Amino acid sequence: MKNELAVSPSPSVEEIEMDLLLEGIYRQYGFDFRNYALSSLRRRIMNFARNERASTISALQDRILHDRSWLDRFLFALSVNVSAIFRDPAFYLAFRKEVVPMLRTYPFIRIWLAGVSMGEEVYSLAILLEEEGIYDRCRIYATDINEPVLKKAKEGIYPLELMQTYTSNYMKAGGLQSFSRYYTAAYDRAIFKASLRDNVVFAQHNLATDASFNEFHVILCRNVMIYFNRELQGHVHHLLYESLVMFGILGVGAKETLRFSPHEQAYDEIDKAAKLYRRVA
Amino acid sequence: MMSFQIITIGTSLGGFYALKTLLGVLPQNFPLPVAVVQHRSAEESDIFAPLLASHLQLPVLEVEDKQEIEGGRIYVCPANYHLLVERSHFALSTDAPVLHARPAIDVLFESAADSFGEGVVGILLTGMSRDGSAGLRKIKEKGGYTVVQDPTTAEGRTMPQSAISSMAVDRILSIDEIGPFILELCAGQRGAA
Repeated sequence: MKNELAVSPSPSVEEIEMDLLLEGIYRQYGFDFRNYALSSLRRRIMNFARNERASTISALQDRILHDRSWLDRFLFALSVNVSAIFRDPAFYLAFRKEVVPMLRTYPFIRIWLAGVSMGEEVYSLAILLEEEGIYDRCRIYATDINEPVLKKAKEGIYPLELMQTYTSNYMKAGGLQSFSRYYTAAYDRAIFKASLRDNVVFAQHNLATDASFNEFHVILCRNVMIYFNRELQGHVHHLLYESLVMFGILGVGAKETLRFSPHEQAYDEIDKAAKLYRRVA
Repeated sequence: MMSFQIITIGTSLGGFYALKTLLGVLPQNFPLPVAVVQHRSAEESDIFAPLLASHLQLPVLEVEDKQEIEGGRIYVCPANYHLLVERSHFALSTDAPVLHARPAIDVLFESAADSFGEGVVGILLTGMSRDGSAGLRKIKEKGGYTVVQDPTTAEGRTMPQSAISSMAVDRILSIDEIGPFILELCAGQRGAA
């Protein structure tokens, strides 16, 4: 089976078009999607082409390469993940129990949330840290590849209809208060308290091409690398490793592994199910 | 004879019983990988795979991102992710739900068709959604083989009926017949290394 699979059939026209589009975007604008996971990227590109009424990927390429505003729309379509406040409550519960006690020993805590998309994780973590009484000592760096997405994250506005689920998530995540104190309802939207952003720096950063920019005590990169192929995952893991202090904490998504990290051996597992690791070498 | 490389199955309401019946027929030396999307709630814990495994001879694994695809294994999609097939491994995504579902059957079927073309067998079972029809059409378009559960034997008729109304599926079978048919269809395959 493995051997059969290793022999790729000749690429379809669609695959050739995708390669050309990604190569073009890289050479024209510097955004490198060439090592994204083919299957999910294809889906996103095809959805984008359909929504923009482009008949082929080549037609899309014509627009994107000649008009920067099309690139921005493309980037937006490629960088939106549909997450939730306190997605995977068990992760946050483990973070409270296992990680917060370690963080209490630091006078000042730098946290990097890599690939925050619409910002759900930013507010989740800020709430958790505030309740644990250490938010004032924290500086959270929330980064994403896409500026317009970051702007959305910064606004902290979510559909009101989601608050029921978010409240349930919050309780399961070990929430200590009434969840409604963290947002204001206005019409059909919920706006999160601005003070939750007091210690958050929103910044554009491309995991595929940008370098490390600080040393952190905690790095969370959850459900971001699932969009990358193994090679790019390895590259990003190296970047994260380099950006962690000794004994720093790394958190990845519930269905991700460190198998494709060149530094797998440098981490101790803190919580298996929550995918929380500690750098020990 | 066609050489199949992967079996993909989608189901929703009533799926557990249907999967247990269908997959229970497959022997330990079944050569192909089987990828399964079962609709379920985002909050569900990880008990689905071990529960299903307790009824089957083949090992059941809940997919982790970029996990290798190997024959003789049943791979189930984790709750709250989409499951996609690449050529040698799986990928997960947290893209928007499709037809209100994440995981969505269309996402599995379409990505399998893109990666394996005529090497895909697509099986759509019981459910009260229209998810799966578009994906099954794509499998057929790319030369794969399509099987749909006979709606009269399904707890949820909408899903198989939706596919049957929108395309010419290769086989419509009762849930008891699908397992043996798949065995026959894949007999003589060399299978996993």
